Amino acid sequence: MIQEVLRSLFKKPVTNLYPAQKLEMADNYRGKLVFHASKCIGCRLCMKDCPTGAITINKVGEKQFEAEIDLGKCIYCAQCVDSCLKKALETTKNVELAQLDKNKLKVVFNAATEGQAEKQA
Amino acid sequence: MLNSLFFILVFPGFLFVSFFGLVAEYVDRKIYARLQNRVGPPWFQTFADFIKLLGKEDIVPCEANARMFGLAPIFALSAVVTVFLYIPIWRYDAAFSFNGDIIMALYLLTIPTLAFFIGGWYSTSLFARLGSVRCVTQLFAYEVPLFMSILSAALLANSWSLRDIANFYSLRPAYCLFNLLGFAVSMVALLGKLEKAPFDIPEAETEIVAGAFTEYSGRLLALLRLAIDIEMVVGAALFVAVFFPFALALGAALGFIVFIIEVLAVVALLSLMRTVVARLRIDQMIDFCWKYLVPLALLQLLINLILKGVLV
Amino acid sequence: MHNSDKFNIPLGPQHPALKEPEGFSVALKGEKIMGMDIRLGYNHRGIEKACEERTYIQDLYLIERVCGICSHSHSTCFVQAVEEIAGVQVPKRALYIRTLIAELERVHSHLLWLGVAGHEIGFDTLLMYTWRDREIVMDILALLTGNRVNYGINTIGGVRRDISPKQIEEVYKGIKTLEERTRYYIEVATQETTIIKRLSGVGVLSREDALRLDAVGPTARASGVNRDVRRDDPYAAYAEIKFNVITDDHNDVYGRTVVRVKELMESYAIVKQCLKDLPEGPITVKVPRKIPAGEATSRYEAPRGEDLHYVKSNGTEKPERVKVRAPTLANIQAVKHMLKDRYLADMPIVIAAIDPCFSCTDRLVYLSHCEPPKGVKQSQKRDCFASLAMTSRFKNAKVMSWEALRTYSIEWHRVHGIDFSELNNTFRKRLEKR
Repeated sequence: MIQEVLRSLFKKPVTNLYPAQKLEMADNYRGKLVFHASKCIGCRLCMKDCPTGAITINKVGEKQFEAEIDLGKCIYCAQCVDSCLKKALETTKNVELAQLDKNKLKVVFNAATEGQAEKQA
Repeated sequence: MLNSLFFILVFPGFLFVSFFGLVAEYVDRKIYARLQNRVGPPWFQTFADFIKLLGKEDIVPCEANARMFGLAPIFALSAVVTVFLYIPIWRYDAAFSFNGDIIMALYLLTIPTLAFFIGGWYSTSLFARLGSVRCVTQLFAYEVPLFMSILSAALLANSWSLRDIANFYSLRPAYCLFNLLGFAVSMVALLGKLEKAPFDIPEAETEIVAGAFTEYSGRLLALLRLAIDIEMVVGAALFVAVFFPFALALGAALGFIVFIIEVLAVVALLSLMRTVVARLRIDQMIDFCWKYLVPLALLQLLINLILKGVLV
Repeated sequence: MHNSDKFNIPLGPQHPALKEPEGFSVALKGEKIMGMDIRLGYNHRGIEKACEERTYIQDLYLIERVCGICSHSHSTCFVQAVEEIAGVQVPKRALYIRTLIAELERVHSHLLWLGVAGHEIGFDTLLMYTWRDREIVMDILALLTGNRVNYGINTIGGVRRDISPKQIEEVYKGIKTLEERTRYYIEVATQETTIIKRLSGVGVLSREDALRLDAVGPTARASGVNRDVRRDDPYAAYAEIKFNVITDDHNDVYGRTVVRVKELMESYAIVKQCLKDLPEGPITVKVPRKIPAGEATSRYEAPRGEDLHYVKSNGTEKPERVKVRAPTLANIQAVKHMLKDRYLADMPIVIAAIDPCFSCTDRLVYLSHCEPPKGVKQSQKRDCFASLAMTSRFKNAKVMSWEALRTYSIEWHRVHGIDFSELNNTFRKRLEKR
């Protein structure tokens, strides 16, 4: 044991200094959900399968849908991604979702936000 | 008079030794962390902890004896600070000295343990009471080998004064080699005194929460923790003064720096020792002390008695 | 607090030795344990009832959260029962992936245990080292399944995610490092003096007692009971995989440590076999949302021991009854026996040695027949059953309907001075407004 601890003294520590040094998540990590309004057909299978009722699909116009996702309720199981027939839902690697304001955890995705996201990208 | 006050309050007394104690705690924690392949705390962590605790509310359990509960940390702190005044730091002379001060130093180093006992006992919490009983049970096991091994070094130097002992060994560095066994024994005993693994039985957190300190919070806890830090420095400084007082011959400035480094090296050795062991049970601890440490300390005593006959 | 007096100290529901709330009341005489009372129920979440109100797909994720560490165990066990009722033939590749994840989970659970055991005996260095290396397997799990703890890999009729050759490479790489590190831990756990001092001879459970008290998993195997569901009743791909069942006859905490560290090495071997023999093909078959009426029991060797799920379906989308028997529930009775005449200092490690998971355990247990089996003495009978505080406290238990239970509860609270009628009215009004 003593050799091992002495060796550790001269090794680089393995601790990740988290906020300063970000971790790279695996590509298929189940982080924050993203909804593509243009692909949605309003079948609401995701709403039916969601274990916590975190996702709500609202009809906003003719063949126009928006999704309201409560990140506070979401358990990041990504069942909705599997359930969606049109691949309108997607997980991202984003895991830094903590908020001081509970209301900010409710995220709305619709045609407008989709346009913004594309512009940013 | 003014001189004495300066010695007691500023250097090498309360202010300096508190600062040094917190630095030593940082060294201990940092090395402990690095040995475990962790990063460890930043340099200001111990100071930040101390200041934070000072700013917190003191909670005294309503069933506790408030006076004894509050006095125990102050007893502990004042006892350990006093010891440091008698340890020769960077010159042949300590701040205060008289023949027999080594006995007083060892005696004063026992006070914190008794203070923890009193504080724990009067806080009336079950965990604290168990912890304080363990404190005292353990005291009887490590104190005997600690006294024997340190006093056998004093025996060889033919003096009961820390200053004279330090003088004796710094003039004859080779004699220190005879005391290596005693040094090893007292290091292990010091682990018991400081309640660090494998002898952290009185504050074994997975068994009795925080032992005698369970009910302490705020300023009183800060003082207790400071007392333990200072106890660590004072213990290490005492060992340096008795077993390796080489720094004294090097002059004021360099001698002081070497002394500090030596003390921190002893602290580092303590943290290495606690990294590689599991906590013992109280019965195993007492067995270990009486079956192995005491005979080894006796052996050291015997060696020094023979050496004294041969050399002096 | 004289030495002759007995006194009780509460270990829990909140205590540094316990990572979850659970009440142990210990009668002490000096440092010696004279008696102990276990009180379950601080973590009761009503998961079984909640399962009845959700569809099978939603239940998957709920069941996975019965336990934080062996989440895959519970979800596989549940899925197996549902698949048996539905009569689904799960594709081979899916079975292999389930086995792979199961073994990786065992690795992460046992490494976690080793660290916790180190912490309980005050050896924090071991905790830091094992948890550092546990990160490797956590990263592998995140890579394969998309999360570190609740993998969500199972679905009814297969698995949700396939494994790519690139991922297989990564797993091989991780396993290689882990094997090397585990060899070192075997050395540490079996040779470090202070560890052996604290572990050997502590928490002794003889083979007879292990059988009598129905111990499962590593706890039983360390007492020489050669029992492993993976071999005795193969599920997933275990029938086609070669592995040894590790047993040990030390009967104490040391034996349990040895069993666990050796099982780690077996798990690495199983993972490698799974990756090598991974068959081609689909990973899932389509299963209708409505499961035909029927019932099934499924067994699974979780890292902590045998896990048992019972599912009863009634032809709808939701199960009629789900019953979970987590391994800790089987082992917890043995703890009281193991602690007889031991010291207080042994208590944390003896409790930790069964690798308890209290939130899995917290289920209402109702023993309708408290008669001991033939040949068991009256004195042993107490030991058998009384340690589950539930049984002794609810001697006059009876089965109630939902409505009767509701009325009873309202009445109980009113007697104890809590009146909910006003609150109920407020809620009713709020509901009406909607």
